[in-house]
Amino acid sequence: MGSSQSTTGEPILRLRGVSKQFGAVSALTDIDLDIHAGEVVALVGDNGAGKSTLVKTLAGVHQPTAGSIEFMGRPVTLDSPGTALDLGIATVFQDLALCENLDVVANLFLGHELAPWALDEVQMEVRAWTLLQELAARIPSVREPIASLSGGQRQTVAIARSLLLEPKIIMLDEPTAALGVAQTAEVLNLIERVRDRGHGVVLISHNMEDVRAVADRVVVLRLGRNNGVFDANTSNEELVAAITGASENSVSRRRARKLEEMDHSS
Amino acid sequence: MTEEKSPTALDRSDSRVRHDEGIIGAVRAFMDRIRSGDLGMLPVAVGLVLIATVFTSLNPVFLAPNNLVNLLFDAAAVGCISLGVVCVLLLGQIDLSIGSMSGLASALMGVLWVKMGLPVPLAILAALAAGALAGLVYASFLNRFGMPSFVSTLAGLLALLGMQLYLLGSTGSINLNYNSALVRFGQILIMPAWLSYLLAVLPGVVIVVTGLRAMRRRAEANLSNPGLSVLLAKTGLLTVALLIAVSYLNTGRGVPYMFGLFVLLVVIMNYALTRTKWGRSMFAVGGNSEAARRAGINVNRIRLSAFMLCSTLAALGGVLSAARLASSSQQAGTGDVNLNAIAAAVIGGTSLFGGRGSAWSALLGVLVIQAISNGLTLLNLSSSLRYMITGAVLAIAVIVDSLARQSRASHGRA
Repeated sequence: MGSSQSTTGEPILRLRGVSKQFGAVSALTDIDLDIHAGEVVALVGDNGAGKSTLVKTLAGVHQPTAGSIEFMGRPVTLDSPGTALDLGIATVFQDLALCENLDVVANLFLGHELAPWALDEVQMEVRAWTLLQELAARIPSVREPIASLSGGQRQTVAIARSLLLEPKIIMLDEPTAALGVAQTAEVLNLIERVRDRGHGVVLISHNMEDVRAVADRVVVLRLGRNNGVFDANTSNEELVAAITGASENSVSRRRARKLEEMDHSS
Repeated sequence: MTEEKSPTALDRSDSRVRHDEGIIGAVRAFMDRIRSGDLGMLPVAVGLVLIATVFTSLNPVFLAPNNLVNLLFDAAAVGCISLGVVCVLLLGQIDLSIGSMSGLASALMGVLWVKMGLPVPLAILAALAAGALAGLVYASFLNRFGMPSFVSTLAGLLALLGMQLYLLGSTGSINLNYNSALVRFGQILIMPAWLSYLLAVLPGVVIVVTGLRAMRRRAEANLSNPGLSVLLAKTGLLTVALLIAVSYLNTGRGVPYMFGLFVLLVVIMNYALTRTKWGRSMFAVGGNSEAARRAGINVNRIRLSAFMLCSTLAALGGVLSAARLASSSQQAGTGDVNLNAIAAAVIGGTSLFGGRGSAWSALLGVLVIQAISNGLTLLNLSSSLRYMITGAVLAIAVIVDSLARQSRASHGRA
């Protein structure tokens, strides 16, 4: 396995031999993963490689069938999303997990409202606006229900929510899939800012450009198993080979065909 | 809070949004809401005017002050049950056993008090505890086995009715002492005029004071305000309407304490639903329970609280109706009690699909339902016709709810 451990010290999160089975299907098999403070780890893989399952396991949504998870050097059991959040593992899910009937402020603070017995709406609204402005978000009104927002706006709200609790690790599952050009750049900036503040970031993306732009390490999953750890300077071919499991695949064939056509035309 | 104040308010930086300010703006925003299917209290207001016109033209007694006082006495019991229904409906669940639960509670109280000689407060507490227990069972079935509340409470409907019949035994009914405080509370006790006027003015004062405080805090935090005029206009309208209602009732017997108790419960529930973390969690679970779970909310506990509240309030409704009728009988809680309570919540604007509604819908809806039932009784219509008409009203209410939901979806509102 080609690996380059640029970071030093104890990892915030250490996974050893984590497996998850859904009935007869092994979604994850023997996954090892270290996440250090102040690094961006990209998690890449084809559809069905187990990326989202891994994220959901770390978020406490699924419980692993086997393996151990250590957080800050202590073994932990992530038996509910609440436990993961309290430890400091925040997640932006692919399906965003927002309540459409509640407004932006209510969604941002869901489960962590200020003053539980007499909600402090003013303070929450101010924090909401400040947070959204930090993300350069274009949300017309924080008092509109989520149902009235576009896909990109919802994405921004979901990201803002994960940052609200100052987590140690933030996991983003396809955070830029629904975003425009400026918002994507903003999210990438944001990821770097979060890293520079000393948090660990796990980024799932199909977009190799995004991955190489911000990731310190690229962890490849294939069919639910570790398939190599690369640094950000690895060539596209190498990553694709690791993702698809061979250097001879549809992606490389297509590229070769394109090159040939260009040779012919010139 | 914010570091420095910018010339534009924090929530006014996006130029694409039209901001409605002042009274005209408030009216415009209201019209927009109605058009997009966010009907709020409009169906209730229209319904009440319609009902009053029809029944008064058929029998002028309908609008007589003392008839309205009777109506309020009757409304309190069903209203309490309906308030509980709002809780389970907010989660997108249902409790079909509320009628049986209220019947069982009245039977239990009657047996403990009259037959076994327990003090009244203890008997009432036991009835309420039985309600809480029933809710606990439903919530456990849902949380443990994923049993739909529709089925578990349907089973509960039969089981609780059976317990009620068993408790009352062969005699069938227990008469409560007419001179006891409880029965007087359910039949006679009326607020003194000064208290009713005071209570009519109180909401306006509270709204203005909290409204002004909120405005000051929002201004300090550099947030925009809808404007003082809107606040004052709304409060003024509300206070005038309440004062007129109270003075009209006071030309008759006055405002029943029992109705006051019901309104107090509605106010408490409204605070809990809109201003506490618990209430926010209720709406979140009703809107998207998986999202709520991932936000760290204990969904099972929220469900437990809703079902326990619902059954406990149903039991309280049963106690109040026993006080109203001065008896615990086999008929208590049967017939249309179930549907009336659910219909009241839906007519008042709480959605059957979860995630939308308010405590006020129990108050407003029960007024509509009681007005219909009271008017039909005045016309000496048989219960066969009454059932048919109430059934039709419920159907209409659900259709309005469904249409409004579709319209909201197409207008990008939840």
